[in-house]
Amino acid sequence: MISRTLPSAVRHFVSAAALAASVLTAPAGEVTLLNASYDVTREFYKDYNAAFATHWEQTTGDKVTINQSHGGSSKQVRAVIDGLEADVVTMNQALDVDQLVKPGLIPADWATRMPHNSAPYTSTILFVVRQGNPKKIKDWSDLVRADVKVVIPNPKTSGNGRYSYLAAWGYALRQPGGDATKAEAFVRQLFANVPVLDTGGRGATTTFAKNGIGDVLLTFENEVALTIREFASENLEAVVPTASITAENPVVWVDKVVSKKGSATVARAYLEYLYSPEAQELAARHYFRPRDPAVLARHANQFKSLQLFTVEDVAGSWAEAQKTHFADGGVFDRIYVK
Amino acid sequence: MQRRVLPGFGLTLGFALMYLGLIILLPLAATFVKTAGLSWEQFWSTVTSPRVVASYKLTFGTSFYAALFNVPMGVILAWVLVRYQFPGRRFMDALVDLPFALPTAVAGIALTSIYAKTGWFGQWLEPMGIKVAYTQVGVWVALTFIGLPFVVRTVQPILEELEPELEEAAATLGATRLQTIRRVVIPALLPAIITGFALAFARAVGEYGSVVFISGNMPMKTEITPLLIITKLEQYDYAGATALAVVMLLVSFALLLVIQLVQRYLFRSRA
Repeated sequence: MISRTLPSAVRHFVSAAALAASVLTAPAGEVTLLNASYDVTREFYKDYNAAFATHWEQTTGDKVTINQSHGGSSKQVRAVIDGLEADVVTMNQALDVDQLVKPGLIPADWATRMPHNSAPYTSTILFVVRQGNPKKIKDWSDLVRADVKVVIPNPKTSGNGRYSYLAAWGYALRQPGGDATKAEAFVRQLFANVPVLDTGGRGATTTFAKNGIGDVLLTFENEVALTIREFASENLEAVVPTASITAENPVVWVDKVVSKKGSATVARAYLEYLYSPEAQELAARHYFRPRDPAVLARHANQFKSLQLFTVEDVAGSWAEAQKTHFADGGVFDRIYVK
Repeated sequence: MQRRVLPGFGLTLGFALMYLGLIILLPLAATFVKTAGLSWEQFWSTVTSPRVVASYKLTFGTSFYAALFNVPMGVILAWVLVRYQFPGRRFMDALVDLPFALPTAVAGIALTSIYAKTGWFGQWLEPMGIKVAYTQVGVWVALTFIGLPFVVRTVQPILEELEPELEEAAATLGATRLQTIRRVVIPALLPAIITGFALAFARAVGEYGSVVFISGNMPMKTEITPLLIITKLEQYDYAGATALAVVMLLVSFALLLVIQLVQRYLFRSRA
């Protein structure tokens, strides 16, 4: 933990110092927020923080500085539980945020405090294939073919992997005559085609794009464009399946921290502004699906339409999904250990 | 009680105990306390589940073979560095420490990209049917990489102290070169070699960063125990994670103790 918090503390200090130096006026009504987020939101929040700071200064006249802390989602949540004073937490699955309830940092009904389950933007799981899609991979049913190798990060250690797994499960469930038994057989067949289980999404991307493993990579929509751009020489292509899962990105203010720091108003405003058309536009530009239908419509060619189902549709709730599928001895473990 | 020749025994021992207690024992004790959240049955079924047992075999097995492989390689390297003068010797000497200093994730990513089928070595090895990345061999390669400095750096100073005159004396007494090495050089180096082996082994058992990239992390096949600990932490299963940690601690401690005893035995039998 120290190795993570120390450099980020230094970074915060540096960015705070740089900001302090650039702002010559005395910080009369200056507030500082800490946003603990997961790995891949770095670029989005960099833009959003600037937008919110401007908005906040225009409406209230106060200056606000937002510091970011990024890391693996569950590591971040553990840090907050262990005392990292984050005013807001922005994650890619409710399961992580739920962990803050038990230590009394947030109330159990946190998801109902803001619209859309407190998730202002979403993503989904898409496929990335090699140049020209040589294996003709079009949909989930192609992933269980004997000649296809699939790269998915470990569902036990990554949100990316969990959503991929649940998307496959949901797809199988929604086929004619689909039930839990058939869905289990489907994911079993799917994971039999997975040659490597990286611990995180970016690791899986490296395995697929750089190390040449597998025919198809399953990853978040917001990572797809980035991956294709990052590995431009590979000429990777995106494939949109007929159906996939909605990955809600929940955000929450941490009651215990904001009441201690007296930052409740600004923390709440910070998250509520995520629903504004300006922020929704920013989210869309960073390949997160906006909730605002008008913004979504404007980016229709970027966000291909497909049937979307939620975690609740396929597994009841995150807590149940965790218990049934990912906990030790759950369905996922049974794929590997008889 | 006999008075000691050197003063300050009480003070330094007190300090040593306090330091060991604060830096090593306290965090380890916390591990045991966290595990206490499990009942004995839960603990036992956690630490003996098939997947976990497979990971012990891989972790301790590959660590052992990696450390073992590093013994001859490390001794030869130390020998070259100590006994010969050649251009680039200092550079080579500095290179040995690199696995110490390099962030392990960097090492893991670098090794993986070299041994994957698209990499420099992988593109030649894979057509021959030798798979390294994403297999147990890959785990061994990573552990060999990180363990090398331990053997070199423990053997090197002893070798520097070992005067060439000893070997010359052996030669004048009629020993062949091989006899000199077997009877004079190796026995003098043996304690250092064992220490180096133990350090390399202990380091390998606890290694996480470099291994997870090259191993592929397939359950029952290429999952190391530290990965399973992290996996449990990722699922907020603190007690389960610490249960595995306790087993690793106990096994590592037992093995290091055995190595110590072997070393002591060797010393005594020679004295």
